[in-house]
Amino acid sequence: MIRLLALLLLFAAPLRAEEVVAGLSQTRIAITASFSGSDILVFGAVKRDAPAPEGPLQVIITLEGPPLAVTVRRKDRVAGIWVNTDAVTVSRSPSFYAIAATAPLREVLTETEDLRHAVSIPRAIRAVGSGVEDAGVFTDALIRIRTEEGSYILNETGVDLAEETLFRAQFIMPANLTEGAYRTRILLTRNGTVIDSHETMIDVRKVGLERWLFALSREQPLIYGLLSLVLAVVAGWAASAAFRYIRS
Amino acid sequence: MQIYLPIAEVSVNALLLFGLGGIVGLLSGMFGVGGGFLITPLLFFVGVPPTVAVATGANQVVASSVSGVLAHIRRRTVDFRMGWVLLIGGLIGSALGIWVFNILSALGQIDLTVQLSYVIFLGFVGLLMFQESLRSILRARQPARKITRRHQHLLVHRLPLKIKFRTSGLYISVIPPLLVGMLVGVLAAIMGVGGGFIMVPAMIYLLGMPTKVVIGTSLFQIIFVTAFTTVMHAVTNQSVDMMLALLLILGGVVGAQFGSQIGARLKAEQLRILLALLVLGVCALLALDLLWHPGELYSISMEGRA
Repeated sequence: MIRLLALLLLFAAPLRAEEVVAGLSQTRIAITASFSGSDILVFGAVKRDAPAPEGPLQVIITLEGPPLAVTVRRKDRVAGIWVNTDAVTVSRSPSFYAIAATAPLREVLTETEDLRHAVSIPRAIRAVGSGVEDAGVFTDALIRIRTEEGSYILNETGVDLAEETLFRAQFIMPANLTEGAYRTRILLTRNGTVIDSHETMIDVRKVGLERWLFALSREQPLIYGLLSLVLAVVAGWAASAAFRYIRS
Repeated sequence: MQIYLPIAEVSVNALLLFGLGGIVGLLSGMFGVGGGFLITPLLFFVGVPPTVAVATGANQVVASSVSGVLAHIRRRTVDFRMGWVLLIGGLIGSALGIWVFNILSALGQIDLTVQLSYVIFLGFVGLLMFQESLRSILRARQPARKITRRHQHLLVHRLPLKIKFRTSGLYISVIPPLLVGMLVGVLAAIMGVGGGFIMVPAMIYLLGMPTKVVIGTSLFQIIFVTAFTTVMHAVTNQSVDMMLALLLILGGVVGAQFGSQIGARLKAEQLRILLALLVLGVCALLALDLLWHPGELYSISMEGRA
């Protein structure tokens, strides 16, 4: 009987001794006209069937906006003026990327695990072959510019972990959000190796007037363009009429 | 007060945009320039993506030009016949310009071309106007030495196809205004501007039109050129942001009204010298940007996103 139970348990929790159970404070973000950013709380617990193994448990949480291809250009001096000369295309670069962890990344994740799961900012970006020799400088520049504008955030003490079981992290999403599915990943590591991960999506969508204008501009561009003109002409005429009325 | 722009996908302070629109509207009402050469760089500065800035700038210029031209129509300072001739030339030139623009884009040098043409044209036009208006101010100070002849016989008068432009008091060939319109059309397509800052001096110095009708006529032509540009941008790359346009327009139409009031009170020479200084100032800023070592050598541009 005891043997059977042990066998059942073995099947119920195959391979994974520790598992993430997680939640988000919200899974939808609605972008309205007055949208000025949003706070996301990612929280959860570690489920264990056996006593915790050796080595400290670490948690890494990432929040990733829709990836887009970007071109990074560099200026050089040509005949006295500064001109864009070299360019490198980065085929995949998230429009927003935030990492929170319990400790500095190089302590909680090995190089190979980083490569496998594409966690750190340089790993989350992918550059493609280019004719430029020092392509790495271009991705460095991309990271530097995005970090300065607050689109890439690395917070190495951003996750609170209590009793090796409960964890939580707060993310501040900026006002300049691109619409799309934001991937949230929670990675559990021990000795730099990922032992479990969990993924959910946050849906960032325009709503109301924002949604309507965006959809119209994509689906009926001619009508949208003409509507912009009507708006402009009416506003111009109305202002002129209003001023004449005030003056008379 | 932050507002999220649906097409640009950035959140910007609404009052700041209103203010920008107001300043550009003021200048547009005063000088008869659409303000495209000011609004586009200003929008870059507040973080609006370049394609959206260019397209939405054109839309804002439509509104401020309509607002401005109505004041001029009431004052009877629009030469409609001249306006139509310039417009025909403008549309031909615009089509040519779009063709050239596409060739340069394919070569990957459009940014530089745009910036260089700004520097060259603004510099040339600004200097010409500044020197001329300075001279006419000095002449006005020295009491009645020699009265300049009203009717100088230039090349404009020797070409065929003469037409009477009654509002301007001109009897000249339609060929020069057509060519002026075409030149402006080409530049409008390449530089993303209405072309007022080039057309105003061209009408004064090349066509010999009286300054008081130049501004209204220029605005009249700009409305159509920028309207065409707006629709083209909306259809080809969906980069017109109506929310952004609305805020700029609200500021712009108010500014344009004040601008045309101020403009009506200033003397023609003063108006010209102020516009010359403005044009030279923008030119100097753009030239410095090309010459100075940039703080950030790298720039990012998005792809696959209109």
